[in-house]
Amino acid sequence: MAFLQGLPLRPYQLLRLGHVAYGRFSNARYLSASALLHKSNSESNQQTAASRTTHFGFRDVPEDEKEELVRDVFSSVAKSYDVMNDVMSFGIHRIWKDHFVAKLDPGRRPGGEPLSVLDVAGGTGDIAFRMLDWATEIHNDHQSKVLVVDINDDMLKEGHKRSLATRYADGSRIEFKVQNAEVLDAVPDNSQDLYTVAFGIRNFTNIPAALRAAHRVLKPGGVFACLEFSKVNVGILDMIYQQYSFSVIPLMGQLVAADRDSYQYLVESIARFPSQKEFARMIQDAGFEVSGDGYEDLTFGVAAIHTGVKV
Amino acid sequence: MRPRVPTNFSPCVRLLRRNYTYNAPIPNYPGHVPTNIFQKLFLAAGSGIYSFFDPTRGDLIATLGEATALPFLMERLRDRMLADPTGRRILRERPRITSSSLHIDQLLEYPENTIGRTYAEWLKREGVSPDTRAPVRYIDDEECAYVMQRYRECHDFYHAITGLPIIIEGEIALKMFEFANTAIPMTGIGAVLAPLRLKPKQRERLQTIYFPWAIKNGASAKPLINVYWEEILDRDVQKLREELGIEKPPDLRGLRKKRISRL
Repeated sequence: MAFLQGLPLRPYQLLRLGHVAYGRFSNARYLSASALLHKSNSESNQQTAASRTTHFGFRDVPEDEKEELVRDVFSSVAKSYDVMNDVMSFGIHRIWKDHFVAKLDPGRRPGGEPLSVLDVAGGTGDIAFRMLDWATEIHNDHQSKVLVVDINDDMLKEGHKRSLATRYADGSRIEFKVQNAEVLDAVPDNSQDLYTVAFGIRNFTNIPAALRAAHRVLKPGGVFACLEFSKVNVGILDMIYQQYSFSVIPLMGQLVAADRDSYQYLVESIARFPSQKEFARMIQDAGFEVSGDGYEDLTFGVAAIHTGVKV
Repeated sequence: MRPRVPTNFSPCVRLLRRNYTYNAPIPNYPGHVPTNIFQKLFLAAGSGIYSFFDPTRGDLIATLGEATALPFLMERLRDRMLADPTGRRILRERPRITSSSLHIDQLLEYPENTIGRTYAEWLKREGVSPDTRAPVRYIDDEECAYVMQRYRECHDFYHAITGLPIIIEGEIALKMFEFANTAIPMTGIGAVLAPLRLKPKQRERLQTIYFPWAIKNGASAKPLINVYWEEILDRDVQKLREELGIEKPPDLRGLRKKRISRL
């Protein structure tokens, strides 16, 4: 059975983590050592945050400005966000999100405790509502809760508006908060069972910091899951996909949402995001255990689901 | 280590092995978005259909104008500017009209019947400001992009000296006038397709009064693109009309009011 460095998994976590291979302990990292290393790095980095530049799409911007720029992009796309997702991916994004939630299979198991799920950068609530519906309908779980955090208040307002039309309108199972994913100051340590981020992590200024924050807030045995655009793994399809992205999507943004620049940023940020293997490496560096490659490709790699477990 | 693909393989094989890197086209001027013919067609079709059903999207009308700006016709307009001394000066100095460059409140103090006063009064009456013109993005030639920008910014002046209001009928009549005067394709498209949205009485008014006026005056007038508006703000409007060869059309708002009061 599973004995992860002396931390036994709870029964419901064993059932849920059927896809995690427990045989990879030769690669297991010692959590405390790596966490300390990362802490000291970030302290020295803080002094130079303003002078260091990061990428914003294909532009280089000072690190402390990127957060504001990303917030502005999503403020301007908030209302038409879903329409644009449908137009850009021909509706396939719904299939991806459904598969993501089905794979995670959230929900209290018989004899187990209700889950506390943290959905990061989940402003409009797509994933949150899907998870609550899955838990309620498949597992008859009326107690698991989702905390939706996002850096952008407009997206959260959209999400809150939508929640009022669902059965979760009373707010007892879903909560919306403005938080920075790299800090998550309102979320206590070791408090969440499941951390999800769907199509948000490529916008973060400091992805390793966000991964470390994810590691902090998850309970031992908690699962980190990320659904994100990634690199298409077949050459010709990659060419067609990139041509389509750069030539058509910004123009569609102009027509549908009157905002070409935000969609130009979106396709550039997709191109900038690390490949599946690199990102799996980053997840491991943050202290998560991954199984196999650590990711699953969707639609030839247009999107990918990365998962990890906090040991 | 993966063996390197020899570069004398055909591009097809190279694509199968290596990751494709999209090379963004280089812009010709700040704010330029280079587009190929297919993208222009896509933009033209999309913005045309969208703005037909939702005419409040002014940015789409601008996009339609830029996507349909055939290089031949824009260059012809630019050459007409080059043929005139004032036009040449405008192309050299590249003036831009914004609310900060014009000082609208000062213009309201100008004497009656000056261009500046007429323009400022028209702006006030219609409730618009000169800052509502979007920058040109999809025209590839840098100079033609400026010509289009200049046309867009002077559009309000054309409204002011013809007296046509901002309501859709007035805009259509002015578009026909501009088409006859500048030959920019979007003005023609707007003038021909937009009346389909009008009521029969409005269309009749356009057909009998305003279109004949627009075509006659637009074709025979001197090119309005060559007028250096910023320099002649204190000149008399009627003198300018006589110089350019434009007659003032009947007051559209007055005609509409009369008809409504008669009903």
